[in-house]
Amino acid sequence: MAIPPGAAPGPASLPADLTRVGPALPGRRPSPRASFLLRRSGRALVSLGVVVAATFLVVHLVPGDPVRAALGPSATPELVQRTRAELGLDKPALQQFADYLSGLLRGDLGISLRSHRPVSATLAERFPTTLTLAGLAFLVAALGAVPIGVATAVSAWGGRRRSLHSVVSWLLGGLIAIPNFLLAVGFIALFGITMNVLPVAGWGGAAEAVLPAAALAIGPMAYLARIVHVEMLAVLGTPYMTTARSKRLPARLLYLRHALPNMITAALASGGLILTGLVAGTVLIEAVFVIPGLGSTIVASITAKDYPMIQGVVLVYALLVLALNLLIDLALSGLDPRSSIMEG
Amino acid sequence: MRSGFRQRLLSPQGIVTVVALCVLLLAVVFAPIVWGPAAALTAVADRGQGPSGAHPFGTDDLGRDVLARVLVATRLSVLLALGSTTIAIVGGTTLGVVATVLPRPVRRMVTALIDILLSFPWLLLTLFFSVIWGASASGAMLAVGFADVPTVARLTYTLASSVTGRDYVRAARIVGVGHAGVIVRHVLPNILPPLLVNTAAHASAALLSFAGLSFLGLGVQAPEFDWGRLLREGVARIYVNPMVALGPGIAIVLTGLILNSIGSLTGETASSALPPPRARARRRPGAPERAGSAAVVEAADLRVSFPGPDGGLVERVRGVSLTIAPGETVGIVGASGSGKSVTAMAIAGLLPGEAHVGAETLRFQDIDMTSPPTSAERGRLGLELAVIFQDPLTSLNPSLTIERQLTEVSEVHDGVPRKEARRRARDVLESVGITEPERRARQYPHELSGGMRQRAMLGMGLMGRPRLIIADEPTTALDVTVQRQVLRVLHEARRRTGSAILFISHDIALVSGFCDRVLVMKDGEIVEELAASGLAQAAHPYTRALVACVPHMTTDRSRPLPVIGDGDVAEEARA
Repeated sequence: MAIPPGAAPGPASLPADLTRVGPALPGRRPSPRASFLLRRSGRALVSLGVVVAATFLVVHLVPGDPVRAALGPSATPELVQRTRAELGLDKPALQQFADYLSGLLRGDLGISLRSHRPVSATLAERFPTTLTLAGLAFLVAALGAVPIGVATAVSAWGGRRRSLHSVVSWLLGGLIAIPNFLLAVGFIALFGITMNVLPVAGWGGAAEAVLPAAALAIGPMAYLARIVHVEMLAVLGTPYMTTARSKRLPARLLYLRHALPNMITAALASGGLILTGLVAGTVLIEAVFVIPGLGSTIVASITAKDYPMIQGVVLVYALLVLALNLLIDLALSGLDPRSSIMEG
Repeated sequence: MRSGFRQRLLSPQGIVTVVALCVLLLAVVFAPIVWGPAAALTAVADRGQGPSGAHPFGTDDLGRDVLARVLVATRLSVLLALGSTTIAIVGGTTLGVVATVLPRPVRRMVTALIDILLSFPWLLLTLFFSVIWGASASGAMLAVGFADVPTVARLTYTLASSVTGRDYVRAARIVGVGHAGVIVRHVLPNILPPLLVNTAAHASAALLSFAGLSFLGLGVQAPEFDWGRLLREGVARIYVNPMVALGPGIAIVLTGLILNSIGSLTGETASSALPPPRARARRRPGAPERAGSAAVVEAADLRVSFPGPDGGLVERVRGVSLTIAPGETVGIVGASGSGKSVTAMAIAGLLPGEAHVGAETLRFQDIDMTSPPTSAERGRLGLELAVIFQDPLTSLNPSLTIERQLTEVSEVHDGVPRKEARRRARDVLESVGITEPERRARQYPHELSGGMRQRAMLGMGLMGRPRLIIADEPTTALDVTVQRQVLRVLHEARRRTGSAILFISHDIALVSGFCDRVLVMKDGEIVEELAASGLAQAAHPYTRALVACVPHMTTDRSRPLPVIGDGDVAEEARA
C-alpha cells in the first residue's frame, strides 16, 4: 500500500542490447516480445490459481463455524445442518475443492445465503456499474495525468516558471495525500449541498457519474502525473533528445514524437499499480455515493457473512485486476519496439 | 546523514512537524480524559445543530458535541493504526528475512507469492482478510496489518538479500555461524534502519486504510468510535450539518499528513528535485557586431559555466576563441573534462538549460548563437548544422524507425513531401555505406550494429545541406575496424558536401590523421593550435605529452606507457 514513488529506470539506463537475451533453441529463436508475453501470461495463470485457491479457502479460514456465524445464534440446528449441506461443507475438503472448480467452469458460483438467488445473477447485474465507474475514472486519470505531467516536466526542464512548478507540485502532493472517500465526502458537501449543482447519490444518468468518477480519479491522476513528470524529465535528459534538439524540430514534434512514446512505456510500467488500485477504490466510492455495484455488494455481504456472495465478488475483483495487469503488459510490449523492459 | 536529519529537523517543515506530532500525542493521551464526558453527553434538545460557539462542529443526532467526539476518537484511531503497522512490520520483516535463508526452490515460491500478492491493490487484500476476521476493531486491525505484510516483506527481502551476499556474511558462514546467528548478528542490524525509516509512511497508510474500513462499517463498531466510524455516521447526516462528516475527515487528513511528514524527515532522500535555473545566454555589452563574415564558425572569448555542487558556478570553458573556415576540418583534442565537448555544444547551441553561456562573439555563419534563434534561423540550423554524438545507441530514439528519424529534418525544414523524403533517406543511407537501405530504413536502432547506427546518425546530418558537421567523439564507442570505416564515410561526406567538420576526440593520433588543424584544450582553455602536419613541432608541454602517449613502432614495450600527470611525461617527451 505504501508504494515508493521511485520511478522505473529511465530509458537511458535500460540495457537495450538484445544480444543479451542469450542462446535460444537452435534454429528457432523466440522473439523477446513473444517470450515476454509468454512469461507474463504464465505469471497471470499462476496468479489465477492463487486467486481461486484463496477464494475457496476463505470460508475455511474463518475461525469457528462459518455457517453458524452466518445464520446467527437463533438459527435451529436443523437449518444449520441443511445450509451446511447446501454449501457442500459436509463433504471432504478435496471433494469440496473439486466441486468448487467444476462450478466455476460452469459459471455456477453458488446461491446467496441472504437473497437465495444465484450469486452469478447478482454479479451480472452489478458488474457493469462498477466497470463503468472504474473505466470512467481511468479515462479521467489518464487524460488528466499525461498533459499535467508533461507540461510540468517540460517547463521544469527549461528551468522556467519555477514558482508555478512548485505550486503544481504541492497541489499534486496534497491530492495524493487525501484518500478518495474523504475527497468524495468533500465533493458532496461542496457540489451537492453548498452549491447544489450535482446529484450526490444513486446511479444511472451522466450527472450522477460526475462526482463519483472525479473523486475516484483525482488521487490516481495526481500520482500518475508525478510519475509522468519524473519519467518525462528522464527522457528529456537522454542523448537522443539532444539529437532531436539538434535537428531544431518544432516543440510539437520534439515532445509528441520523440519524447512521448518513450515516456509512456516507462510511466505505464511504474503506474500499473495505480490503475489496478482504481478498481478496488470503487468499493469506497460506491459506499459514499450509494451506487449499486460490486463494491456495495461485497461490503453488505461481509457484514452479513454471506460467504458464497463474498467468494463471487472477490473472484470478480481479482479477475479484473489480473486482466488489467495483462492488458498493461500487452500495451507495453506493443508500444516499446526495443522490448528492453521485457527482459525483467 | 545524522547532520542532514538535524538540519531537516530545524527547517520550517521540521519544526511544524514536531509541534504537530506533540499536539497529536497530547490528544492521544489526554483527549479521552478531558473531552470523554462531553463526547458521551447526550442532549436531545441540542441534537442535529450546526456549528455554534458552544459546539464548534455542531452536534450529532443524539446532541453529542462533534468536536469532542473527534478529539476523543484520536486515541482509538491512532492506536489501531499503530497496531496494524506493528503487525505489518513484524510480520513482513519476519517473512522477508526467513525467505532469504530458505532453500532455493522454497524461496522462489515464497517470493513469487509475495509478488503476486503485491500485484493486488491493498484495499482488495484488506477486504479479503476482513472476511476472515470479521467486522470488528480487532479484526480490522489484523486485516489492515496483514494486507501490508507483502509490501514490507518484499522490501525486507530485497534489503536482506543484499546483506547475505556480502563477503563478511559468507565468511561468518564458513566459520560455522548458523542461519539464526547470521540473521541476528549480521542481517537485522543492517536492514533495520532503512525499515524503520519507512515505518511512518506505513503508519500513515494504515491510518487511512483503517479509516476506510471503519467507514465501510467493517472496522470499529458502535458504541465505540474512531474517525472512520464518525465519518460513516456523519455522511448519513451530511445534509443536516456538513461539519459532522467534514470534522472527522479533516482529522484523518491532518494526521496522515503529520505521519507522512515524519517519514520525509527521517527519510534519507528529502528530494526537492527542483530544476536548474533557466539558461542564460548573454552577449557581452559592447561586443562588435560583424555582419556577413565568411567563416562557418566564429567564437571569441567563449565562456561556459555550470552550477556547482555547492550552489556556485563552475567555469568549464574559459575564454575560448576559434574560427572555422568553410570546408575546413578542425580537430579539438584534450583529456576528459577539458571542455572540448562543452565548447562544441555551445557552438551548436545545444547546452542544457542550467548552462550559462557568455561570449564576445558566437556565431554559426551569420546566425548569432548567443540569442534564441528565430524560426527562420531554426530551419537553417536544422539543415546546415549536423551533430554526431559519441554513443549512437543512446543518441538515436529507440522508439522511432531509422527512416522516421532521417526524413523528419527534410519534411520539417525543407517542406519535402513524405514520399520524396523517404526516397532521399534511402539514397543517403546508401551513400553512408548501409547495405540494404530499404530494409534497414524500416528497422529500429536496436536492430542495427554499432557501426551501422553511427552511419545512420551521420546520414541524419546529411539529409540537410550541412555547412558544419560537429562530430563529438564519433568513434569512441566503436571498435577499431569500425572506427576506420566510419571515419572514411565522414571524410567522403565532407568531400561531397563541402561541409566543414569540427572533430572532437581525446585521441591525438586519430585527429592528426584526419584534420587540417588541431586545437589542444586543457582545463577549459585552448593551450595550443597547430597544423596537423606540425605535431612534431608542438611547443606546449601538454601537447608534447599527448603526442608522447601515442605508441609507435620504436616504443620500448618493456616500459609502461607514459601517463600525463605532473609534467614528468613532458620532460620525458623532451628528452
